[in-house]
Amino acid sequence: MNYLPKSLAMGFVLATFAASSVFAAGTHPVTGEALADDQTFTYSLLDEFTTADPQMVEDVSGSYFVRDLFEGLMNQDADGNLIPGVATGYTTNEAKDVYTFTLRDNARWSDGNQVTAHDFVYAWRRLADPATASPYSWFADIMALENVGAVLSGESPPEALGIRALDNLTLEVRLTASLPYFAAMTTHASTFPSPQWTVKTFGDDWTKPGKIVGNGAYVLTEHIPNETATRERNSLYWNNDATIIDKVVTLVINDENTDFTRWQAGETDKGAVPSGQYPRLKAEYPDEAISFPRLCTYYYTFNLSPSGQEALQDVRVRQALSYALDRSVVTDKVLQGGQIQAFTFTPGATAGFEVPAVAFGQMTQDERNAKAKELMAEAGYGPDNPLSVEVMYNTSEGHKKIAIAVQQMWKETLGVEATLANQEWKTFLKTRGGQNFDIARGGWCGDYNEASTFLDLLTTPSGYNDGKFSNAEVDELMSSARTMSDATDNYTRVEEILANEMPVIPVYHYTGVFMLRNNLKGWPFNNVEQNVYSRDLYKVAD
Amino acid sequence: MLNYIIKRIGIAIPTLLILIVVTFYLMHSAPGGPFTSEKPLPAQVLANIEAKYGLDQPIWRQMTTYLWGILTEFDFGPSYKYHSRTVNEIIGQGFPITLKYGFWSFIVAIGVGIPLGAIAAIRKNTWIDYFAVGISIGAQVLPNFVMAPLLIIVFTLWLGWLPGGGWHGGDWQYLVMPVIALSTSYMASIARITRSSMLEVLNANYIRTARAKGLPTKTIFFRHVFKPSLLPVISYLGPAFVGLITGSVLIDIFFSTGGMGYFFVNAAFNRDYAVMMGITILVGSLTILFSLIVDLLYAWIDPKIRY
Repeated sequence: MNYLPKSLAMGFVLATFAASSVFAAGTHPVTGEALADDQTFTYSLLDEFTTADPQMVEDVSGSYFVRDLFEGLMNQDADGNLIPGVATGYTTNEAKDVYTFTLRDNARWSDGNQVTAHDFVYAWRRLADPATASPYSWFADIMALENVGAVLSGESPPEALGIRALDNLTLEVRLTASLPYFAAMTTHASTFPSPQWTVKTFGDDWTKPGKIVGNGAYVLTEHIPNETATRERNSLYWNNDATIIDKVVTLVINDENTDFTRWQAGETDKGAVPSGQYPRLKAEYPDEAISFPRLCTYYYTFNLSPSGQEALQDVRVRQALSYALDRSVVTDKVLQGGQIQAFTFTPGATAGFEVPAVAFGQMTQDERNAKAKELMAEAGYGPDNPLSVEVMYNTSEGHKKIAIAVQQMWKETLGVEATLANQEWKTFLKTRGGQNFDIARGGWCGDYNEASTFLDLLTTPSGYNDGKFSNAEVDELMSSARTMSDATDNYTRVEEILANEMPVIPVYHYTGVFMLRNNLKGWPFNNVEQNVYSRDLYKVAD
Repeated sequence: MLNYIIKRIGIAIPTLLILIVVTFYLMHSAPGGPFTSEKPLPAQVLANIEAKYGLDQPIWRQMTTYLWGILTEFDFGPSYKYHSRTVNEIIGQGFPITLKYGFWSFIVAIGVGIPLGAIAAIRKNTWIDYFAVGISIGAQVLPNFVMAPLLIIVFTLWLGWLPGGGWHGGDWQYLVMPVIALSTSYMASIARITRSSMLEVLNANYIRTARAKGLPTKTIFFRHVFKPSLLPVISYLGPAFVGLITGSVLIDIFFSTGGMGYFFVNAAFNRDYAVMMGITILVGSLTILFSLIVDLLYAWIDPKIRY
C-alpha cells in the first residue's frame, strides 16, 4: 500500500474541498441562508420525458428539461410574474398585434455563439413547418402569428411566418389578432430558440448529450432513457453567477410507492406521494408533504349530442345529478390530497378569475340533495321510474374509486341506477370523442394562466368539447373576451350559464402533491402553472 | 439432424411473417393512434405528423414499407412518442439490460430450483422434503409485485444495503433485488417440476433393477435418474428463458431498470406502433429460436428421440 505524506494528503483533501465548494458553502445572496456544500437536486419522474427538443416537446416533465436547457424571450418568477429572459424587454403597438423584443447582448449558446434574434426566427419557423411535424405546432396557431395557417398547411413557406429579425438583437412579431397577453406566451417551451447549426448537423439526434447546444442555465450531460438524466450548470449562461444548484438529476421511477420509499431512503429530494396517503404523510412529515392548488379541473361531461341519452337532454336531470354529487366525499374521503371542491369549471387559482357565487355552490349538501330530488321528480323520474345511466372513465384505480362513490351517492339520493364502464386510455378518448357515452369522466389542465383556457372548451367550435354543449351566449361572450383587456365579467357570466345549463359536473380542482425535502428552497409554490426553473432553487445547509 | 434444423428454420420464416402481419393489423385496429390525446390535435397538425411518419398511407403500404426497411437497412423505424429515438436505439438500450437480469435470474432459478427439487425427491416425506416444498410454495404464492416493494423496503429503507432502483450499467448492487424478485417464482416452478419428475423416475422399473444390481446410490442418481428426470424441466426452461430475457414489466417498473418490458407495455398504451412491432419481432424470433434449442436438447438427453 502506498502512503501519501501526511501534509500532501491533507493538502489534497483541502484542495478537493475547495474545488467542490466554489459555488456552495456560502450564503444565499438574497436571503442570507447558509448554503449546503452539495448543490445537487435529484427528483423522480413517473415516466421518461419525451424529448428535450423545444419545438417537439409536449409533456410537462420534458418542458421542465427544456426550461433548464434553453431560455426563451421571457421567464417567470416564483409567483408566475413575467420577467426578462433572453429579451430584456418588449414594446407593442396600440392594437397589440405587433410586438418588438429587444435581446440582451450577453446571451450565449453553450458552444460560445451569441444568441441572436435569428435563432428565434429559426425556431418559430421550425415549430410551424409541416416538415418538422411538431405535435405542438398548434401553439404557433394560438399565438396568432401572421400567415400561420398557410404555413401549417404547407401553402406558404415557413419564411412567410410573421416573425423577423430586424437586426441581431431585435425581434419583431406580427399577429393577426390583438393579443394583450402575447408576451406571456413566450414563456412556453415551444417558443424557445434552437441552434440551427446543431440541428442541421445532427438531425433528430441533436438533443443527445454531447451534441446538444442550449442557451439555458444547464447543459444535458447524461441521459440513459428510462433510468436517469443529468444536467449540469452551463458556465456560459449569461446569469450563471446567480445560479446555485450545480447539478440536476432525474430518476425515472414508474411506481409511486417505490418512488416514495426511495425518497424516504434519501435517494431523491423530491418524490411522489402515493395516492390516498397524503393525510398520513402530512402528519408524519408536516414540512415535507406538500399540497398546493393546480390549474386543473376534474369533471363529468354529459353527452348532449343527438347520440346522447334522451333523459340527459333535460336540464333538470343534469342539475339533479350535479347537485346530488357530494364533492366533499370525493375530496375528503376518496382523494384526501387537499383537493378543492368544484362548483365552477374554472379553478379559483386562475389569474384574474374571481370564483362567481353560483347558487348551487352556496347551498349545503342537504339543501342540494333536497333540490336534486325535487328536480328529478319534476323531470318524471323516481322510485317507480328510475333513471339508468352509464358512467364511462378511463381505466385507473383512482377514477374507479370516484365513480363508485358517485354511483352510490346517486343511488342513495336519487335512486339512479348508474352502471360503470371503463376503457383503456386511447380507446376511451376515441369513445368520448365519438360521443358514444352517456356521462364520461374528463380532466382539463390550463395551457396558460387565464380563464379562457378552461371556458373555451365549452364553446361550440371547440375541438375538445366532447359533450357537444352549444350555447350561443357562451360562444358570444368567449369570442368577445378575446380582445378585451379585462374579461372577468364575461367569464363570470359564462360560469353562471354553465351552472344553470350544467353541461358538465365540475367535481374538484386538482392539487399538486409531492414530497420535498425541507432543505431544498425556492420552489415556486405560487406559480400555479408550476413553471419551475432549477436555477432559482437552492439547498440550505442542515 | 442438419436437415431437421434447416426444416425448422424454413418453418420459422413464414411463422414470423404471419406474426408480423397479424400483429400489424391488430395494432392498427386498436382504437386511437399514437397522436390521440386528451387535447386532440388540430386536423392540419395531425395531417402533417401522419404524413411525416407515413401513417396516411393504406395499412398494406405501411406494412410493406416497414418490412422493406427491416430487410434492406435493418431499420425498425422511429418511436412516435420519444421523438429523437429510433426503435433500434430503444431495443439496443433496453434488451441488454433485460438480458442481463433475465440471464442471472435464470441461473439462480435453475441453480436453486433443480437441487431443491432433487433433494426433496430423494428425501421424500422427510422434513427436508417438507421444507423444500414449503419454500417453493411460498415463493410461488408471493408474486413479484408484492415481493419487489418488500425487498426495497427491507434492503433499501431498513438496512440501507442496496440502492432502491436504477441500473448503473448493471453493477451487482443494482442487480440483486431484480434477480431475487424475478427468479423466485421460476425457481419454485422448477423445483416442483424437478421433484415430481424425479419421483416418477425413482419409481421406474429400471431404477429398481439398478438398485437390485447393487449399484451405489450416487451412481444410480447421476447416471440413471438425473438426466431423464430433467426432460420435463427442459421443456419448461425454453419458454421460461425467453420470458425471462425479454423482460418483466413489473421488474422494470419497481426497480427502474430501464429494461425492455416496460417499453413494450408502454408502447402498447401509447400506440407507439414501431416500438411495439420491433419488440414483438424480437420476442417472436427468440421464442422460435429457443423452442428449436429445447427440441435439440431433447434429442441429446433422450436417445429415443431422433429427428
